[in-house]
Amino acid sequence: MRTIQFREAIVEAMSEEMRADESIYLMGEEVAEYNGAYKASKGMLDEFGEKRVIDTPISELGFTGIGIGSAMNGNRPIIEFMTFNFSLVGIDQIINNAAKMRQMSGGQFNIPIVFRGPTGSAGQLGATHSQAFENWFANTPGLKVVIPSNPYDAKGLLKSSIRDNDPVIFMESEQMYGDKGEVPEEEYTIPLGKADIKREGTDVTIVSFGKIIKEAYKAAEELEKEDVSCEIIDLRTVRPMDYDAILKSVKKTNRLVILEEAWPFGNVATEITYKVQNEAFDYLDAPIVKLNTADTPAPYSPGLLKEWLPNSDDVIKAVKKVLYI
Amino acid sequence: MKKITKKTYLKWYEDMLFWRKFEDKLAQVYIQQKVRGFLHLYNGQEAILAGALHVMDLKKDKMITAYRNHVQPIGMGVDPKRVMAELYGKKTGTSQGLGGSMHIFSKEHRFFGGHGIVGGQIPLGAGLAFADKYFNTNAVTLCFLGDGAARQGSLHETLNMATNWKLPVVFCVENNGYAMGTSVKRTSSHEDIWRLGLGYEMPCGPVDAMDPTKVAEALDEAISRARAGKGPTFLDLKTYRYRGHSMSDAQKYRTKDEVKEYQEIDPISQVKKVLLDKKYASEEDIKKIDKQVKDKVSECEKFADESDFPDKNVMYDVVYEQEDYPFISHKL
Repeated sequence: MRTIQFREAIVEAMSEEMRADESIYLMGEEVAEYNGAYKASKGMLDEFGEKRVIDTPISELGFTGIGIGSAMNGNRPIIEFMTFNFSLVGIDQIINNAAKMRQMSGGQFNIPIVFRGPTGSAGQLGATHSQAFENWFANTPGLKVVIPSNPYDAKGLLKSSIRDNDPVIFMESEQMYGDKGEVPEEEYTIPLGKADIKREGTDVTIVSFGKIIKEAYKAAEELEKEDVSCEIIDLRTVRPMDYDAILKSVKKTNRLVILEEAWPFGNVATEITYKVQNEAFDYLDAPIVKLNTADTPAPYSPGLLKEWLPNSDDVIKAVKKVLYI
Repeated sequence: MKKITKKTYLKWYEDMLFWRKFEDKLAQVYIQQKVRGFLHLYNGQEAILAGALHVMDLKKDKMITAYRNHVQPIGMGVDPKRVMAELYGKKTGTSQGLGGSMHIFSKEHRFFGGHGIVGGQIPLGAGLAFADKYFNTNAVTLCFLGDGAARQGSLHETLNMATNWKLPVVFCVENNGYAMGTSVKRTSSHEDIWRLGLGYEMPCGPVDAMDPTKVAEALDEAISRARAGKGPTFLDLKTYRYRGHSMSDAQKYRTKDEVKEYQEIDPISQVKKVLLDKKYASEEDIKKIDKQVKDKVSECEKFADESDFPDKNVMYDVVYEQEDYPFISHKL
């Protein structure tokens, strides 16, 4: 099978859907003439023209709202945030308008829109550019939140997100755009709301999503040398969450570690922890461990940033803790 | 512009009086606790809606506004009984009882809300116009906002993009002089809100919005410009609201004399005077209309009173278009 970059998978997903449906357009900062700040829309202006690939001024609040308004009137917009850090300037439009419009109008206006862009830390960018808001968005009824971890998933999930008739938050990563992976030439989609077992195992379940899942892969390789078998579940969609996949795995391994790049208070891992203790209490052989970033804004200095992020060593320690070894 | 005739004045009188009495009825049933939450009434601002409806193409043009939004959908063609029922929280309401006072919508009649966050509807209005331009429908959107919303960042970001992209939208500031209880005077360095359009090279200007003919003239020009592909207009519609910002407003920020001053140029009185002066209607005719309006308001109240409250499951049915969305249950 051919191998392509994550950013190419994003371009392919958007372009294929735009060829099939005239009502879809891409809007955001630098998406057109610059080919995307991270080249995740490379070549799209040339193919689709300026009517459908639209550069905006730096006005996230304004263009987020314009996208939603157009979705009330027949468009199916893809709105790119250069990063989700900047979505905060437009978050009123996402929470109060995109997420609630259908409910407030008694079901009259659905909002078929995708907000996409990178999330999380991406090297030494400091506190304002190293944040993960998956749990913020996932807290809001009316939204769906998708976060792929490799090119294959990115393409299939983005196509499904664009076709979805509800608003979807689609999270990528600056540090994943260059990742390569096998992506078939033939068309495919991946349904939203379905987790994927990335590695089968028997001793412990590790749940993660997004780029930080790579730390779990590394840990699992190391632990295998010590005859510890890890099962790794990639959530892929945070809302709605595939609780069944998590519960099924925990009922098999009886142990759970959750790895998430987010601040520790009230996050996605917290939600999973509640659900598992509530529905699989008798299956658990150890308390659940969740691994997150430090409970501070992201630091800049390299040593501090390394300390701030959860890593594969943390995963190994956590797995050993739940296994009492 | 479509001619303003005897028929127009008669319609204006009947419509505006109905809107006024509809709002008065809501104030009354609010005190009876049949309507709850916040309640923002349109009394005094009716000439804006009357003038706008006269010049809109009601087969395709669109309207969006903030939370002072009960009568605009009625003007666009929505059954007023359903608007009243929405405020009662009944299943027969425009949003099946899920929206309430601040969130009236009608897809069928192209009324796009009904928005509760000050200035939140401004980019949405431009977005509606974006889609109309995208699909070449030749429709125009009227995007209403208050004088308070004119100081939100959303306005400035939207005005910039709307002019740059020549969107078919008219931004209509319903300037009643007060953002809740804070006067325009106290929150900005000048009171000519229309001048905000100058910074974006957008055609702009003030309008005497106590007179529907003046509103119609200004909006006709703006709508024609938008329909011709020449982009948006920014209008400062000088109006006044007689009631408080919402029902809990003690109105200590203004004098009774000020309210009286505006009531002397009341839009309904102005139109009534034309009807009588030009002998378009006799006192008898006026009384007949007044009676019809009163009866129509009573019908709305009766309908809302007698309608059922929504079933519990509707709360889930309306959130996602996806039919089998797996909501998290919240009760044991």
